[in-house]
Amino acid sequence: MKSLEELRAIKAATLNKIGICNDDADAVKVLVGMATCGIAAGARPILNAFTEEIEKRHLKNVAVSQTGCIGICQYEPIVEVYVGKEEKVTYVKMTAEKVARIVNDHIVNGNVVTEYTIGAATINK
Amino acid sequence: MYRPHVLVCCGTGCTSSGSAKVIETLEAEIAKAGLSEEIKVTRTDCFGLCTVGPNMIVYPEGCFYSKVNVDDIPEIVAEHLLKGRPVKRLLYKKPVEKDTITCLDHTDFFRKQKRVALRNCGIINPESIEEYIAMDGYEALGKCLTEYTPDQVIQTILDSGLRGRGGAGFPTGMKWRFAAGNRGQVQKYVCCNADEGDPGAFMDRSVLEGDPHCVLEAMAIAGYAIGATQGYIYIRAEYPIAVKRLEIAIEQAREYGLLGKNIFGTDFCFDIELRLGAGAFVCGEETALMTSFEGKRGEPRPRPPFPASKGLFQQPTILNNVETYANIPQIILKGPQWFASMGTEKSKGTKVFALGGKIHNTGLVEIPMGTTLREIVEEIGGGVPNGKKFKAAQTGGPSGGCISAENMDVPIDYDNLIAIGTMMGSGGMIIMDEDNCMVDIAKFFLQFTVDESCGKCTPCRVGTRRLLEMLEKITAGNGTLEDLNKMEELCYYIKNNSLCGLGQTAPNPVLSTLRYFRDEYIAHVVDKTCPAGVCKGLLHFYILPDKCRGCTACARICPVSAISGKVKEAHVIDQTKCIKCGSCIEKCKFGAIITK
Ligand SMILES: Cc1cc2nc3c(=O)[nH]c(=O)nc-3n(C[C@H](O)[C@H](O)[C@H](O)COP(=O)(O)O)c2cc1C
Ligand code: SF4
Ligand code: SF4
Repeated sequence: MKSLEELRAIKAATLNKIGICNDDADAVKVLVGMATCGIAAGARPILNAFTEEIEKRHLKNVAVSQTGCIGICQYEPIVEVYVGKEEKVTYVKMTAEKVARIVNDHIVNGNVVTEYTIGAATINK
Repeated sequence: MYRPHVLVCCGTGCTSSGSAKVIETLEAEIAKAGLSEEIKVTRTDCFGLCTVGPNMIVYPEGCFYSKVNVDDIPEIVAEHLLKGRPVKRLLYKKPVEKDTITCLDHTDFFRKQKRVALRNCGIINPESIEEYIAMDGYEALGKCLTEYTPDQVIQTILDSGLRGRGGAGFPTGMKWRFAAGNRGQVQKYVCCNADEGDPGAFMDRSVLEGDPHCVLEAMAIAGYAIGATQGYIYIRAEYPIAVKRLEIAIEQAREYGLLGKNIFGTDFCFDIELRLGAGAFVCGEETALMTSFEGKRGEPRPRPPFPASKGLFQQPTILNNVETYANIPQIILKGPQWFASMGTEKSKGTKVFALGGKIHNTGLVEIPMGTTLREIVEEIGGGVPNGKKFKAAQTGGPSGGCISAENMDVPIDYDNLIAIGTMMGSGGMIIMDEDNCMVDIAKFFLQFTVDESCGKCTPCRVGTRRLLEMLEKITAGNGTLEDLNKMEELCYYIKNNSLCGLGQTAPNPVLSTLRYFRDEYIAHVVDKTCPAGVCKGLLHFYILPDKCRGCTACARICPVSAISGKVKEAHVIDQTKCIKCGSCIEKCKFGAIITK
């Protein structure tokens, strides 16, 4: 790295790529929590299921990525779905069966699967 | 081979809302676009959503179009079937359920938190340096190298009021200043303590797994500030995922020239290596860590000399905790005043806690200093499950003490916790309810320190063992009031005479439970009962004669034949024979066996 300008160029280029921040209203980003807590609770098969389901449906503009611990370890595996500039949706206690529904209902058709989200899991009592 | 499949509902409902006409138009449009060979249109039976018909599903995506009008067809064909771009406005919209929170950010769990050290955890891909850079990563390092002198960097950290997050809470800026002399003339080291050995703590692991680059960046900043060219991270080998992500991060940082020679085109050179520890708790203590690092047996040594003058390989060294480092890039970027605006008078910023035990939302929380335990337990943690009553929270792990219900409204910071007889520690927080016996908890932590004592000095090696034996005597029902006084005396002796922090703090769980829950100790030694019903030695098993049906199940399972009685008559347990194994309770179908 030679200069701050060079660093900022990388920043700008990445921001454009990573879905959350860019202006594409259709870009979808799926973040799977893959810290020790998530992996222990079975996050790896969830990540694979998302990748397969998205491939099977030939969906473009959907990125699946891993991330660290979001904090609510008890509700792992946790997946957060970002669609364009909409507020992210937090799905908890994920299973492979839930993946297919989330891809179909939420990612393809834009309907949040409320019963799998954090609010339904009584985190707020 | 057809590419997309279009399924149009031709059930009664959709037919009456015009699906026949829709299909006709669809087929015509498809033919017009020259796609007849590629797209298969299928007439299906009812989808079950007749009120929003005519309905249509397009595969492979699975797009569900509702209320499809003949006029919409050209758009669906041109946009979706031809270009592969679903027509969003026609997708079926499920009625929104207003009362359910779908985003973590709106939960009580999240709202009260303030994420500084954890800001990127759960947001970025930890294995991508680009994503870290996109979140202003390495900007702070660039700013330090190109705009600040090393002394200005140290002054910034001093002004922020940042104190070490590894336990003792020593001001970080001061530590750096002690090591800052003779820059460029002597070999110095920057170390990171990622040993994290207290039971129940996983703050540092989560930072390293979720945002490894922020620690690398902060270490490079520290290197610039004190004039060191080499950094080391001492991490326990039981953290394989953190180790792997750190290795990837170091590799990427070197590739980008953010570690290595002439960083940001300046004279500053800095590199980082990992050292794996075998997972001894004492190796988290700074002098033991460095001794272990040098390849020797991990034992502490007396201070002074402090590491800032003679540390690793006898060279000036600074050692900071993972979370301490994780705060530093933000302090540089947002300024020391921003950091100092959070927290209490003498404890600035935030603290990460690993919340566990009898609490609804176990997990990792980051709160501004000065938050009360009540807010953590009741709001963020969602309360104690199963309607049980909160009893106490253990902070500081085996070196700390408990916060009892009467102190729930004390703002949590370094000094307040010391005042109520516990300490911040590294951030483990274990919540206990009425079913936890405080004597048993003290015994648990002491067992841990007995196991982990390195054995170098006698007060700790022998003293903690004697203390444990006294606790065992009490929980077995053989303790006396005099033992309590003797125990207290021994606690102070161990604290005052041990060589390192492990021994000096080991009696804390005993002292603090004695302070706040003396009545429980007295119940154990005077009344010979365990109020929480945990200490087996103090339990007595009885059969309630009016509930017992005389089924003989318990007599048959009892391993020491302590139960006798005739068939269909009430059974009795011989207290002299009973070994309190509890097998009979599980066997009795009538709830006739109780403990007292
Ligand atoms: C027995 C014992 C264990 C310790 N374990 C850790 C640890 O796991 N991680 C840590 O950062 N500090 C630990 N410490 C504190 C370190 O000695 C040292 O104070 C700390 O790493 C300094 O960093 P800080 O100023 O950033 O907190 C331990 C101390 C003692 C006495
Ligand atoms: S206090 Fe305990 S751990 Fe520390 S040096 Fe002495 S024996 Fe070892
Ligand atoms: S198992 Fe219960 S009911 Fe049967 S003999 Fe024992 S105490 Fe009585």
